[in-house]
Amino acid sequence: MDWVVFVVAAAVILAGALGVLTSRNPVHAALSLVATLFGVAVLFVAQRADFLAVVQVIVYAGAIVVLFLFVIMLLGVDQAENLEVEPLAGQRPAAIGVGLAGLAAIVLPIVFGKWQWLSGQSSVVGPAHSGTEPNVNRLATALFTRYLLPFEATSVLLVIAVIGAVVLARRPLTSERRGETVREEP
Amino acid sequence: MTVPGAWYLTLAAILFMVGAVGLLVRRNVLVMFMCVELMLNAVNLTFVTFARMLDDIGGQVVVFFVLVVAAAEVVVGLGIIVAIFRRRAGATADDISLLKG
Repeated sequence: MDWVVFVVAAAVILAGALGVLTSRNPVHAALSLVATLFGVAVLFVAQRADFLAVVQVIVYAGAIVVLFLFVIMLLGVDQAENLEVEPLAGQRPAAIGVGLAGLAAIVLPIVFGKWQWLSGQSSVVGPAHSGTEPNVNRLATALFTRYLLPFEATSVLLVIAVIGAVVLARRPLTSERRGETVREEP
Repeated sequence: MTVPGAWYLTLAAILFMVGAVGLLVRRNVLVMFMCVELMLNAVNLTFVTFARMLDDIGGQVVVFFVLVVAAAEVVVGLGIIVAIFRRRAGATADDISLLKG
């Protein structure tokens, strides 16, 4: 049963990722991204990270992809991109070569069982699965005790992001007041 | 029977590399941004897998922080993209080369 879930979710994830990579239309790419995000959420559930799966669906599929689609529609850039022309000669084979080399660098240690990075002590922060406490309780306990300072820092980060978005998105006040459609100098 | 963590790690590596290749190959800034999201998701999957393998909740806490940073990054990044497109319509990543040395 676990294998069935894993194989189906992996197929959805890879199909969505390749869809993002190959679709000409940005809207199609965004929808493929949704498929990938749902597949990752399924694998989160399969590994008993229930809270993160819910947050993944709400934040990523519910907010981030909608924001992408909103910007695509707002800018009217939903025209198809011509993928046939290669702007930089030999760039695609080079990119695929770099990708395969990186993939080999990551996967080969996994395949040959060199788990050097797994030699660390387990359960440094707290157990993730052993015991009966629900996943949300464990996550909250770790978040609000050991990781309290980073958690507070993320609130500062979000405020900075909101201010940055407002500053970037608003038009200059003067031209708006005059009711003119002045284009800024590039 | 549970799936071994190596399978999850391999899947995450493939997902990461698809995102990386997309970032290198595509010209549309929005699609490049989506490829960055793919890479972030691959890393999240790796963290959750290690949280399961090592039985340590710390991995899932890190995923939480990555989600927050990804949300902030998308907000600012899309703001920049909107600001760029307001000045020049239909710009690709190749057209935005003013800072090129």
